Amino acid sequence: MSTTLTREETHDDVAQVEPTLGGATYSPRFDIWENDDEMILYGDLPGVMPEGLDVHFENPVLTIHGKVSPRHNDIKFLHGEYGIGDFHRTFTIGEAIDTQKISAELQNGVLTVHLPKSEKVKPRRIEVQCC
Amino acid sequence: MLATRWQPVDTMWPGMKRLQEEMEQWFGRGAGMNDPRRFAHSVFPPLNAWEDDSNLYVEAELPELELSDLEIIVNGDNQLSIKGERKQPERENGSWHRQERGHGSFSRTCELPKYVDSDTVTAEFRHGVLTITLPKRKEAKTRRIEVKAS
Repeated sequence: MSTTLTREETHDDVAQVEPTLGGATYSPRFDIWENDDEMILYGDLPGVMPEGLDVHFENPVLTIHGKVSPRHNDIKFLHGEYGIGDFHRTFTIGEAIDTQKISAELQNGVLTVHLPKSEKVKPRRIEVQCC
Repeated sequence: MLATRWQPVDTMWPGMKRLQEEMEQWFGRGAGMNDPRRFAHSVFPPLNAWEDDSNLYVEAELPELELSDLEIIVNGDNQLSIKGERKQPERENGSWHRQERGHGSFSRTCELPKYVDSDTVTAEFRHGVLTITLPKRKEAKTRRIEVKAS
Protein backbone atom coordinates (compact mmCIF):
# COMPACT_ATOMS: atom_id res chain seq x y z
CA MET A 1 0.00 0.00 0.00
CA SER A 2 1.50 3.30 -0.94
CA THR A 3 1.74 6.25 1.40
CA THR A 4 -1.47 7.97 2.30
CA LEU A 5 -1.37 11.64 2.87
CA THR A 6 -3.30 12.86 5.86
CA ARG A 7 -3.99 16.52 5.67
CA GLU A 8 -6.92 18.74 6.31
CA GLU A 9 -6.08 21.62 4.05
CA THR A 10 -6.59 21.71 0.33
CA HIS A 11 -4.75 24.15 -1.84
CA ASP A 12 -6.49 27.23 -3.18
CA ASP A 13 -9.99 26.69 -4.32
CA VAL A 14 -9.28 24.16 -7.01
CA ALA A 15 -9.39 20.47 -6.20
CA GLN A 16 -5.88 19.13 -6.54
CA VAL A 17 -4.96 15.85 -8.08
CA GLU A 18 -3.05 13.78 -5.54
CA PRO A 19 -0.57 11.32 -7.00
CA THR A 20 -0.16 9.35 -3.79
CA LEU A 21 -2.21 6.32 -4.72
CA GLY A 22 -2.19 4.04 -7.73
CA GLY A 23 -3.85 6.50 -10.05
CA ALA A 24 -4.51 10.20 -9.97
CA THR A 25 -7.37 11.10 -7.66
CA TYR A 26 -9.33 14.21 -6.95
CA SER A 27 -9.84 15.71 -3.52
CA PRO A 28 -13.57 16.25 -2.98
CA ARG A 29 -14.86 19.36 -1.29
CA PHE A 30 -16.32 18.93 2.18
CA ASP A 31 -18.33 20.92 4.67
CA ILE A 32 -17.92 20.05 8.33
CA TRP A 33 -20.52 20.82 10.96
CA GLU A 34 -20.33 20.12 14.65
CA ASN A 35 -22.48 20.28 17.76
CA ASP A 36 -22.23 18.74 21.21
CA ASP A 37 -23.35 15.32 20.09
CA GLU A 38 -21.77 14.68 16.74
CA MET A 39 -19.77 15.89 13.79
CA ILE A 40 -21.28 15.72 10.34
CA LEU A 41 -19.26 15.78 7.16
CA TYR A 42 -20.92 16.64 3.86
CA GLY A 43 -18.87 15.85 0.76
CA ASP A 44 -19.46 16.36 -2.93
CA LEU A 45 -18.85 13.09 -4.73
CA PRO A 46 -20.77 13.32 -8.00
CA GLY A 47 -20.73 10.23 -10.18
CA VAL A 48 -19.96 7.84 -7.31
CA MET A 49 -22.33 4.97 -6.65
CA PRO A 50 -22.71 3.28 -3.26
CA GLU A 51 -20.80 0.20 -4.48
CA GLY A 52 -17.83 2.31 -5.40
CA LEU A 53 -17.67 4.16 -2.11
CA ASP A 54 -15.32 3.20 0.70
CA VAL A 55 -15.53 5.02 4.03
CA HIS A 56 -13.07 3.86 6.62
CA PHE A 57 -12.42 5.11 10.14
CA GLU A 58 -9.36 4.08 12.06
CA ASN A 59 -8.90 6.31 15.03
CA PRO A 60 -8.30 9.12 14.49
CA VAL A 61 -8.20 9.07 10.70
CA LEU A 62 -11.26 9.01 8.48
CA THR A 63 -10.59 7.94 4.92
CA ILE A 64 -13.00 8.39 2.06
CA HIS A 65 -12.42 6.84 -1.32
CA GLY A 66 -14.99 7.04 -4.08
CA LYS A 67 -14.65 5.22 -7.34
CA VAL A 68 -16.15 7.08 -10.22
CA SER A 69 -17.36 4.65 -12.83
CA PRO A 70 -15.60 5.74 -15.99
CA ARG A 71 -18.28 7.23 -18.09
CA HIS A 72 -16.38 8.66 -20.99
CA ASN A 73 -13.59 6.32 -21.84
CA ASP A 74 -13.79 6.41 -25.57
CA ILE A 75 -15.04 9.92 -26.02
CA LYS A 76 -13.16 12.82 -27.41
CA PHE A 77 -14.27 15.94 -25.62
CA LEU A 78 -15.25 19.00 -27.58
CA HIS A 79 -14.95 21.10 -24.49
CA GLY A 80 -13.65 20.06 -21.09
CA GLU A 81 -13.78 22.20 -18.00
CA TYR A 82 -13.37 19.51 -15.41
CA GLY A 83 -11.66 16.19 -15.09
CA ILE A 84 -13.30 12.93 -14.13
CA GLY A 85 -11.63 10.47 -11.82
CA ASP A 86 -11.72 8.80 -8.44
CA PHE A 87 -12.06 10.81 -5.27
CA HIS A 88 -9.87 10.40 -2.23
CA ARG A 89 -9.55 12.36 0.97
CA THR A 90 -8.52 11.78 4.56
CA PHE A 91 -9.36 13.71 7.71
CA THR A 92 -7.79 13.58 11.12
CA ILE A 93 -10.65 13.82 13.58
CA GLY A 94 -9.74 15.63 16.77
CA GLU A 95 -12.63 14.36 18.85
CA ALA A 96 -13.18 10.97 20.45
CA ILE A 97 -15.73 9.27 18.25
CA ASP A 98 -18.04 6.40 19.11
CA THR A 99 -16.99 4.20 16.19
CA GLN A 100 -19.91 1.82 16.57
CA LYS A 101 -22.39 4.53 15.76
CA ILE A 102 -20.78 6.04 12.67
CA SER A 103 -23.21 6.16 9.79
CA ALA A 104 -23.01 7.41 6.24
CA GLU A 105 -25.38 7.94 3.35
CA LEU A 106 -24.90 8.81 -0.28
CA GLN A 107 -27.58 10.71 -2.11
CA ASN A 108 -27.53 12.84 -5.24
CA GLY A 109 -23.77 12.68 -5.29
CA VAL A 110 -23.44 13.99 -1.73
CA LEU A 111 -21.90 11.85 1.01
CA THR A 112 -23.08 12.58 4.55
CA VAL A 113 -21.01 11.02 7.33
CA HIS A 114 -22.29 11.17 10.91
CA LEU A 115 -19.61 10.85 13.58
CA PRO A 116 -21.26 10.70 16.99
CA LYS A 117 -19.03 11.77 19.83
CA SER A 118 -18.21 9.41 22.66
CA GLU A 119 -20.18 9.98 25.83
CA LYS A 120 -17.22 10.94 27.94
CA VAL A 121 -16.23 13.66 25.55
CA LYS A 122 -19.57 15.40 25.45
CA PRO A 123 -19.39 18.74 27.18
CA ARG A 124 -20.79 18.70 30.63
CA ARG A 125 -22.12 21.70 32.30
CA ILE A 126 -20.54 22.04 35.71
CA GLU A 127 -22.64 23.41 38.46
CA VAL A 128 -20.82 26.04 40.38
CA GLN A 129 -21.68 26.05 44.05
CA CYS A 130 -21.66 29.37 45.62
CA CYS A 131 -20.40 29.63 49.19
CA MET B 1 -19.90 31.17 -31.22
CA LEU B 2 -19.92 30.10 -27.64
CA ALA B 3 -20.51 32.97 -25.30
CA THR B 4 -21.10 32.03 -21.72
CA ARG B 5 -22.69 34.96 -20.03
CA TRP B 6 -21.93 35.34 -16.37
CA GLN B 7 -24.40 36.45 -13.74
CA PRO B 8 -22.00 38.24 -11.41
CA VAL B 9 -24.52 39.14 -8.74
CA ASP B 10 -25.85 35.77 -7.82
CA THR B 11 -23.16 33.18 -8.08
CA MET B 12 -21.48 32.46 -4.79
CA TRP B 13 -19.23 29.69 -5.96
CA PRO B 14 -15.78 30.21 -4.45
CA GLY B 15 -13.91 28.53 -7.26
CA MET B 16 -14.13 26.00 -10.02
CA LYS B 17 -14.58 22.57 -8.67
CA ARG B 18 -12.16 20.85 -10.93
CA LEU B 19 -10.21 22.58 -13.60
CA GLN B 20 -9.15 20.94 -16.79
CA GLU B 21 -5.63 21.94 -17.78
CA GLU B 22 -6.24 22.91 -21.38
CA MET B 23 -9.23 24.55 -22.94
CA GLU B 24 -10.18 22.64 -26.01
CA GLN B 25 -11.87 23.81 -29.13
CA TRP B 26 -15.54 24.34 -28.67
CA PHE B 27 -17.49 23.80 -31.87
CA GLY B 28 -14.58 24.72 -34.02
CA ARG B 29 -13.71 28.01 -32.38
CA GLY B 30 -10.51 28.14 -30.41
CA ALA B 31 -10.31 29.27 -26.82
CA GLY B 32 -6.99 31.02 -26.60
CA MET B 33 -4.75 31.72 -23.66
CA ASN B 34 -6.44 35.02 -23.03
CA ASP B 35 -9.88 33.58 -22.96
CA PRO B 36 -11.53 34.69 -19.73
CA ARG B 37 -13.03 31.25 -19.29
CA ARG B 38 -9.61 29.94 -18.43
CA PHE B 39 -9.68 31.87 -15.22
CA ALA B 40 -13.39 31.68 -14.83
CA HIS B 41 -13.77 31.36 -11.09
CA SER B 42 -17.19 32.81 -11.16
CA VAL B 43 -18.55 30.54 -13.84
CA PHE B 44 -20.62 27.73 -12.53
CA PRO B 45 -21.26 24.96 -13.26
CA PRO B 46 -18.19 23.72 -15.17
CA LEU B 47 -19.31 21.91 -18.30
CA ASN B 48 -17.95 19.12 -20.41
CA ALA B 49 -19.22 18.56 -23.93
CA TRP B 50 -18.81 15.88 -26.54
CA GLU B 51 -20.69 14.58 -29.53
CA ASP B 52 -21.42 11.52 -31.57
CA ASP B 53 -23.05 11.11 -34.94
CA SER B 54 -26.56 11.87 -33.74
CA ASN B 55 -26.28 13.99 -30.61
CA LEU B 56 -24.39 16.66 -28.80
CA TYR B 57 -23.96 16.00 -25.07
CA VAL B 58 -23.37 18.51 -22.33
CA GLU B 59 -22.55 17.35 -18.82
CA ALA B 60 -22.25 19.13 -15.49
CA GLU B 61 -21.55 17.92 -11.97
CA LEU B 62 -24.25 19.29 -9.69
CA PRO B 63 -24.25 17.31 -6.46
CA GLU B 64 -26.98 17.84 -3.90
CA LEU B 65 -29.44 19.15 -6.45
CA GLU B 66 -32.40 17.33 -7.88
CA LEU B 67 -33.94 17.84 -11.26
CA SER B 68 -36.69 19.92 -9.64
CA ASP B 69 -34.11 22.38 -8.28
CA LEU B 70 -32.81 23.05 -11.74
CA GLU B 71 -34.09 25.03 -14.65
CA ILE B 72 -32.81 23.96 -18.02
CA ILE B 73 -33.92 26.23 -20.81
CA VAL B 74 -33.32 26.18 -24.51
CA ASN B 75 -34.60 29.34 -26.12
CA GLY B 76 -35.37 30.46 -29.62
CA ASP B 77 -31.92 31.90 -30.17
CA ASN B 78 -30.46 28.47 -29.68
CA GLN B 79 -29.09 29.24 -26.26
CA LEU B 80 -28.89 26.70 -23.51
CA SER B 81 -29.29 27.97 -19.94
CA ILE B 82 -28.76 26.07 -16.74
CA LYS B 83 -30.05 27.80 -13.65
CA GLY B 84 -30.63 26.70 -10.12
CA GLU B 85 -29.98 27.23 -6.49
CA ARG B 86 -28.00 25.15 -4.12
CA LYS B 87 -29.13 25.58 -0.55
CA GLN B 88 -27.01 25.01 2.47
CA PRO B 89 -28.24 22.07 4.57
CA GLU B 90 -30.17 23.42 7.52
CA ARG B 91 -28.48 22.74 10.80
CA GLU B 92 -29.19 24.25 14.18
CA ASN B 93 -27.39 24.41 17.50
CA GLY B 94 -23.99 23.78 16.10
CA SER B 95 -21.30 25.46 14.10
CA TRP B 96 -19.70 25.04 10.73
CA HIS B 97 -16.03 24.17 11.00
CA ARG B 98 -15.38 24.31 7.37
CA GLN B 99 -17.31 25.18 4.25
CA GLU B 100 -15.65 24.29 1.01
CA ARG B 101 -18.72 23.61 -1.05
CA GLY B 102 -20.33 26.63 -2.57
CA HIS B 103 -23.94 27.49 -2.08
CA GLY B 104 -26.22 29.98 -3.67
CA SER B 105 -27.93 30.52 -6.96
CA PHE B 106 -26.21 30.12 -10.28
CA SER B 107 -26.97 30.63 -13.90
CA ARG B 108 -24.97 29.82 -16.99
CA THR B 109 -25.85 30.32 -20.62
CA CYS B 110 -24.13 29.03 -23.71
CA GLU B 111 -24.88 29.24 -27.35
CA LEU B 112 -25.54 26.04 -29.16
CA PRO B 113 -24.29 25.33 -32.64
CA LYS B 114 -26.81 25.61 -35.44
CA TYR B 115 -26.95 21.95 -36.07
CA VAL B 116 -28.74 21.21 -32.80
CA ASP B 117 -32.48 20.67 -32.82
CA SER B 118 -33.62 22.56 -29.76
CA ASP B 119 -37.09 21.01 -29.74
CA THR B 120 -35.98 17.55 -28.77
CA VAL B 121 -33.50 18.23 -25.98
CA THR B 122 -33.62 15.82 -23.03
CA ALA B 123 -31.85 15.78 -19.69
CA GLU B 124 -30.95 13.08 -17.22
CA PHE B 125 -29.71 13.51 -13.69
CA ARG B 126 -28.04 10.72 -11.81
CA HIS B 127 -25.77 10.66 -8.74
CA GLY B 128 -25.35 14.40 -8.99
CA VAL B 129 -24.30 14.35 -12.64
CA LEU B 130 -26.51 16.14 -15.15
CA THR B 131 -26.34 15.00 -18.75
CA ILE B 132 -28.15 16.96 -21.44
CA THR B 133 -28.66 15.28 -24.78
CA LEU B 134 -29.18 17.56 -27.73
CA PRO B 135 -30.08 15.72 -30.92
CA LYS B 136 -28.66 17.04 -34.12
CA ARG B 137 -30.91 18.09 -36.91
CA LYS B 138 -31.43 15.37 -39.47
CA GLU B 139 -29.54 17.17 -42.17
CA ALA B 140 -26.61 17.71 -39.85
CA LYS B 141 -26.12 14.10 -38.88
CA THR B 142 -22.87 12.71 -40.17
CA ARG B 143 -23.34 10.42 -43.05
CA ARG B 144 -20.74 8.03 -44.11
CA ILE B 145 -20.21 7.97 -47.82
CA GLU B 146 -19.33 4.73 -49.41
CA VAL B 147 -16.37 5.05 -51.68
CA LYS B 148 -16.40 2.56 -54.44
CA ALA B 149 -13.21 1.65 -56.12
CA SER B 150 -13.62 1.56 -59.81
